[in-house]
Amino acid sequence: MQARIKTLVVATVVALPLAAQAAEPLKIGILTDMSGVYAGVGGKGSVIAAELAAADAGGKVLGRPIQIVAADHQNKADIGVSKAREWFDTQGVAMINDLTNSGVGIAVQRLGTEKKRITINNGAGSTALTNKECGPYGVHYAYDTYALAKGTATALMKQGLNSWFFLQADYAFGQSLQNDAAAIVSGMGGKVLGTVKHPLATTDFSSYLLQAQSSGAKVVGLANAGGDFVNGVKQAKEFGLKQTLVGLLVFDSDIKALGLNTAQGMKFTTAYSWELTPEMEAFGKRFFAKAGFMPTMTQAGVYSSTMHYLNAVKAAGSDDADAVMKKMRSTPINDFFAKKGVIRADGRMVHDMYLVEVLKPSESKGPWDQLRLVATIPGDVAFKPLSASECSLVKK
Amino acid sequence: MDISFSAVLSQIMLGLNNGAFYALLSLGLAVIFGMLNVVNFAHGAFYMLGAFAALLGLDYLPRLLGSDVGIGFWSALLLGPLLVGLLGVLIEKTMLQRLYKVDHLYGLLLTFGLALIFEGVLTNYFNVAGEPYSGKPAMLEGAVNLGFMVFPAYRLFSIVFSLLVCFAVWYLAERTRLGSYLRAGTENPDVARAFGIDVPMLRSLTYFLGVALAGLAGVVAAPIYSVSPKMGSDLIIVVFAVVVIGGMGSIMGAIVTGLALGLLEGAVKVFYPPLANTVIFIVMALVLLWRPAGLFGKER
Repeated sequence: MQARIKTLVVATVVALPLAAQAAEPLKIGILTDMSGVYAGVGGKGSVIAAELAAADAGGKVLGRPIQIVAADHQNKADIGVSKAREWFDTQGVAMINDLTNSGVGIAVQRLGTEKKRITINNGAGSTALTNKECGPYGVHYAYDTYALAKGTATALMKQGLNSWFFLQADYAFGQSLQNDAAAIVSGMGGKVLGTVKHPLATTDFSSYLLQAQSSGAKVVGLANAGGDFVNGVKQAKEFGLKQTLVGLLVFDSDIKALGLNTAQGMKFTTAYSWELTPEMEAFGKRFFAKAGFMPTMTQAGVYSSTMHYLNAVKAAGSDDADAVMKKMRSTPINDFFAKKGVIRADGRMVHDMYLVEVLKPSESKGPWDQLRLVATIPGDVAFKPLSASECSLVKK
Repeated sequence: MDISFSAVLSQIMLGLNNGAFYALLSLGLAVIFGMLNVVNFAHGAFYMLGAFAALLGLDYLPRLLGSDVGIGFWSALLLGPLLVGLLGVLIEKTMLQRLYKVDHLYGLLLTFGLALIFEGVLTNYFNVAGEPYSGKPAMLEGAVNLGFMVFPAYRLFSIVFSLLVCFAVWYLAERTRLGSYLRAGTENPDVARAFGIDVPMLRSLTYFLGVALAGLAGVVAAPIYSVSPKMGSDLIIVVFAVVVIGGMGSIMGAIVTGLALGLLEGAVKVFYPPLANTVIFIVMALVLLWRPAGLFGKER
C-alpha cells in the first residue's frame, strides 16, 4: 500500500509540469468554406497545409505544441465572425488563416484589429483588405483582385481583345475583381460593354451568358470563383458561346473540375502551381501524398504563411501579436511560394505572380499536368503600389 | 442597352424552361392542396430527393454494390418518382392522415418540419454547393440551332417532357373516371364512401401522385442544375407564389401560371435583371389584392 502511494506521488509530481505545459498549446485557426462553392479552393486542403507546416516546424514552438483547429464559416460573415470571436475569447487561438471569401475575410480582419490578433487572408481576394479596411494585424498573403486583373486583363488587351462584358459575383470580392479589371481595360483604351451581377453559388448562368452573348463583346470576363466559375464555363459551352471566356480568378482545382477539353487555351494569373518551379513541385508532391490532390494557390499560401508566422513567433520569443507582426514584417519570405517576399505597411505580401495557359489534352503528360507558364510578373508590377494604397496605416 | 429581338426571344426560351419546371412543381402542390387540403411544404424536399435518387442511383449505388453500371437517366425517370412517391405514401399513412380533420396549419407545420429534416440529413453527407449529375443521355448531348439562338438539346427535351406530363395529369384528374373518383373522395368523402369508394386509399393515391410529380421534376432538373440538399428550398417559395397566383387547388391554373410566370421572369431579365427575382412576388401581391382566390381559383 505504502509503495503504491509513493509511486502515485512520484507520478503526480512528474506529470504535473507536463500537464501544465500540455495545457497551453499555440493554437492556429483555419476558418474556411468546408462545404460550399469554395470548399475545393480552401477547405480541408487548407487544414492539411497548416498541419504540414506545424509538423515541419517540429510540432512545437517555444516549447509549446502547435495545434491546428478548423471551422466552416459557410460563406457567411456573421457565422465567420462569431466563430472567430469564440476562438479569440475562449479558445486562446493566436492566429487565424485561410479566410476564403472576402465578405468573411474583411469582417474577421476587422475583429482581429479589435482583439489584437493576427489574421492572414489567403483565400479572400478583395483589395479592400489592404486599402480602406486595412488593419495593423491583417496580412493579405497569396493574391488579390488587383494582381489577378492586372496579369490577365493586360495580357488579353495586348492580344487586341479590347471589348469586355463581365459576369460578377454579387458581393465584396466580385465587385473588387470587376472594378480592378474594368479599370485596366479602360486604362488601356478598351471598352467595358456591360456587367451583370449574379448571387454567390448560382446554379443557372444561362440568362447571364445570353446577355453576355448579345452584348457583342469580344471577351466575357468571369469575375467570380470556385464553383461559380466552373458552372459558368460549363454552361457557356452548353450554349455554344463563341466569345473568349476568361476566368479572372482560377484555381488549379477548377481546371481539374472542368477538364482540359473544356478549359484548354484559357489564360489566367496565379500565385502558385505545382508545375511552375522545381521547389513548387516538391511542395505539391508532399501535399499530394497527404491530401490526394494538388494544392491550390490558397492552400500553398496557407502553408507558407503559417510557416512564416511560426518562425516569427520563434524569433520574437512570444506569441504577442505586436511582437510577432514586427518580426513578420522585418523578415523577408524565402521559400517555394515567394522569393524575397515582403509584408508591406498596408499588410500586402508582395511576391511574383505568374501568367499561365491551360494545356491542350494532347500536351498533358499526367492527370495533374494542366498548365504552361507564359510569363512571370514581378511583384512590384503585379501588385498595386504602396503609394496608391488608401490604407490609413501607410505614412505619406 | 439596346435590346435586340433575338435577345428577347432567347430569354423567353429560358423563361419557358423555368416556367415548365414551375408548372410541374406547382401542379403537384395544386393536386395535393385541391384534393387533400394539405399545404405541402415538403414539396421542395421531395423535388430534391428526386434529384438525389437519380444522382445516387448513377454514382453511389454501383460503388456500393461494386458493379460498373448504375441506374441510367431513363430508368431514373421512372424509379425516382416511384421511390419518392412511396416515401410520400409512408408519410401520408403514418402521419399526414391524422391531420385531415384539423386546421391547415398543422399539415403545414408537419410537412415543413419533414422538409427541414430531409434537408438537414442530406447536408450532413453532401456538398451544399451541389454535385454534378453526369447521367445526361448521349442522345440529348449537344445543342440545337433554333435560328435566333443555340439551345441545348436537353433543355429542349425538359420543356417538352414537362409540358406533356402536365397535360397528362390534367387529363387524368379532370377527364377520367379515376380522376372523378379522386375529386369525389375529397370533395364529399361521406357520399363517396356511401357509393363504395375506398376514400383513405384514394387519398394515399393522391398524395403519391402529387409527391411523385415533385420527384419527377427533381430527376429532370438533375442534369441541368447541380444536385444539392438546398435545391428544393431555393425553389419552393417561388412555386408557392405560383400556386397562390394561379388559385390554390386549380390544376389548369397551376400549369398556366407556372408557364406564364416563367416567361415573365425571362422577359424581366432582359429589361431589368435585378427585378427578376422579385417580379413574381409583385404579381402575387397584386393578384391577392385584386382576386384573393387567385386567377383560376373559386371563392370558397
